[in-house]
Amino acid sequence: MSKYVFFILALSSISALALITIFIISRGAPIIGEVGFFDFVFGMTWAPGRGEYGIFPMIVGSVTVTLGAAALGVPIGICCSIFMTEFAPAALRNFFRPAIQLLAGIPSVVYGFWGLIFIVPLIREYLGGPGLSILAGAVILAIMILPTVISITEVSILALPPEYKAGAMALGLNHWQAIKTVLLPAAKSGIVAAVILGIGRAIGETMAVIMVLGNAVALPQSILDPVRTLTTNIGIEMGYASGTQSQALFATGIVLFAVIMLLNAAAQFITRKK
Amino acid sequence: MGLNAKNKKARSKERAAKILIWSAAVSVMAVLFFIVVYILVKGLPVVSIGFLTEIPSNMGRSGGISSTIVGTVLITLVAVAIAAPFGIGTAFYLAEYTRESIVTRIIRFCAESLAGIPSIVYGLFGFIFFVIYLGFGYSVLSGGLTLAFMILPTIIRTSEEAIKTVPNIYREVSMSLGASKWQTIYKVVFPSALRGIANGIVLSIGRSIAETAAVIYTAGSVLRMPSSMFSSSRTMAVHFFILASEGISMENAFGTAALLVILIFFINVVVNMLVNRFIAKGR
Amino acid sequence: MDYKIKIEAFKFFYGREQVINGIDLNIPKNGIFSLLGPAKSGITTMLRAVNRLSDIVPGARMEGSILLDGKNINDADVNVAELRRRVGIVFDVPAPLPMSVYENVAFGPKLLKKGKAEIRALVEESLQTAALWDDVKDRLNTPAQSLSGGQQQRLCIARVLALKPEVILLDRPCSGLDPISTAKIEESLIQLKELYTIVIAPHNVQQAVRISDRAAFMLSGDLIEEGANTEIFSNPVHKRTSDYITGRFG
Repeated sequence: MSKYVFFILALSSISALALITIFIISRGAPIIGEVGFFDFVFGMTWAPGRGEYGIFPMIVGSVTVTLGAAALGVPIGICCSIFMTEFAPAALRNFFRPAIQLLAGIPSVVYGFWGLIFIVPLIREYLGGPGLSILAGAVILAIMILPTVISITEVSILALPPEYKAGAMALGLNHWQAIKTVLLPAAKSGIVAAVILGIGRAIGETMAVIMVLGNAVALPQSILDPVRTLTTNIGIEMGYASGTQSQALFATGIVLFAVIMLLNAAAQFITRKK
Repeated sequence: MGLNAKNKKARSKERAAKILIWSAAVSVMAVLFFIVVYILVKGLPVVSIGFLTEIPSNMGRSGGISSTIVGTVLITLVAVAIAAPFGIGTAFYLAEYTRESIVTRIIRFCAESLAGIPSIVYGLFGFIFFVIYLGFGYSVLSGGLTLAFMILPTIIRTSEEAIKTVPNIYREVSMSLGASKWQTIYKVVFPSALRGIANGIVLSIGRSIAETAAVIYTAGSVLRMPSSMFSSSRTMAVHFFILASEGISMENAFGTAALLVILIFFINVVVNMLVNRFIAKGR
Repeated sequence: MDYKIKIEAFKFFYGREQVINGIDLNIPKNGIFSLLGPAKSGITTMLRAVNRLSDIVPGARMEGSILLDGKNINDADVNVAELRRRVGIVFDVPAPLPMSVYENVAFGPKLLKKGKAEIRALVEESLQTAALWDDVKDRLNTPAQSLSGGQQQRLCIARVLALKPEVILLDRPCSGLDPISTAKIEESLIQLKELYTIVIAPHNVQQAVRISDRAAFMLSGDLIEEGANTEIFSNPVHKRTSDYITGRFG
């Protein structure tokens, strides 16, 4: 008896995902049909006033900001998890873990705000340009993906049997060699999943990057140029959009949703393969 | 000789790696510390009794933030009240009632996918589904339900992990004493997993409070004190975003941010410590 | 003889792996019956099959029959919870539930919705019979985990007694315990055998010799031989039995 009650509750995640998919697609798909898939995705001009909906600059924006965030955040994140699992004294580890939790818990708008008043002026002053830029977004997102990268990497390193390290060190490798040649390769699938989920988090972030990216709809020429991403496009225009413009924002959401689902599936596939 | 040189090289490499790793860890902590301290130093002087108890006036330029605190609490309550039963129920189904099968794989895939969906997409969905389609309008209810969808996967995952750590012997003992499956879950497994489940709910509360993108277009941004589930309301995070991004009042933005950071710290660290203290494991 | 449990042509499988190869065994009413043999003999599986705890293992399957008072326990009309109350089991590791001493013993009776006073009396009686009452009467509300290993195991026996069972199964109940705790448990079992049918997997041959009325020797899922204490230990028929009880293997 109770089994069926629980089964019905368990259908919630399926129905939630189905509802989200159906409603986003049904609202956004018509405009893609109207504009044409190719013109929508590769169109260079986003001008709702003239009925032109091309999101290619935003795709470029999302990709560059995310790659920048991954380039900065992933190595630091992996170093942090090695630190926590291998080098940190117990006391420090016990301090580190809740600190990373706090890092994950701080509202994204607070990071964005901090970027706006601290990182943006720094870039403007020392590197030139308007400051509101790909670089500023990448720095903020790099910080924001750290908890994801650190915790998943840490878990996958901790899940390794202790014999791996003992065996490697028994063969005369020093600690670092053991980490580099045995532990990290053995934890590879977990680390790759961590990176993919970190990237997913970076692509999906909205409010923090709205504040630091400058939001110009144009192809950036350098990392010091302002850009608009898929998420910020939605976040900025949802407030006043109506009619076809609103539909175009849902269409942007479809593209974002598809990219994220692909990344999720990849991460799940990689971790499951083990 | 050759071996010695090789050892030396290896050792200096190890030292370099260690320095790199330590500096990465230290700089992450430094950045976190810097952000938190910066926000607190600039924001705490703004926080007063009046700031907490007065309704914002003049778009938030003056007055306090009381209505946004109430809005945050109500929306979070709705989210947790809806998501917790479904999430915990799903976790029990996955952990106790089935073996790995195509059905559990689909449920897990959906839950993990939900976990990866960006909050702005939840915002879009909540807007079209709750605000427009179901006609709840911009409201506490729409915002809370949207957040419920968003935190569902977190509750599922943390609860399932907690249930899986309950030793199997407890289930066997309970069944051997004549308990049914349901009695075993209700009297033995659930109390033993309660701590982990509670940690997951606390985590979800933290996420709900911190969220902006999913609530700004579902709960709206009205500054009045919400009077019912159908009132539009602004959460603290949304209030902070609007104050800061529209440059309405940097001072009050900092004050709100400081409160948010303290609240998140309190929830993630202090409440979890209390949970761990009072729901002792295995008792 | 009056048999409490009759096992007939009994086979047991986990998935494809067969762990019991078809055994026939009769266990008389009241008294202590030892099932001994080395690891992987199928003894734990045999014990768990008698109160159908093996039902909860995925992929488990059995053939043959187990009769309790002449009634097949796997018949469709058997209430499993009821069967498990009649046939209690004590595990090889002390397994107190994560609750107080009192709640542990009261767990079974509470499921039957008995009255408070009745449960209280039952708890006291069970703890007394398990020779634990004097140790715990002042700390009934402390967590059961705070008891020593031997006390925990006697608590588990008390917990079974509170069900008012007919049969008590014990799966190497003394395996982690010191000699004093072991002696106390053996003493309790010898008293209990007047009222209950006790089937025990002893944790060594000496224990079987000390306490059992009858014993059976199992090896790799086969029943090698079965007989009264005096016969099987002093005059075993099979060479493998004598090798085992004299410590040549095992």
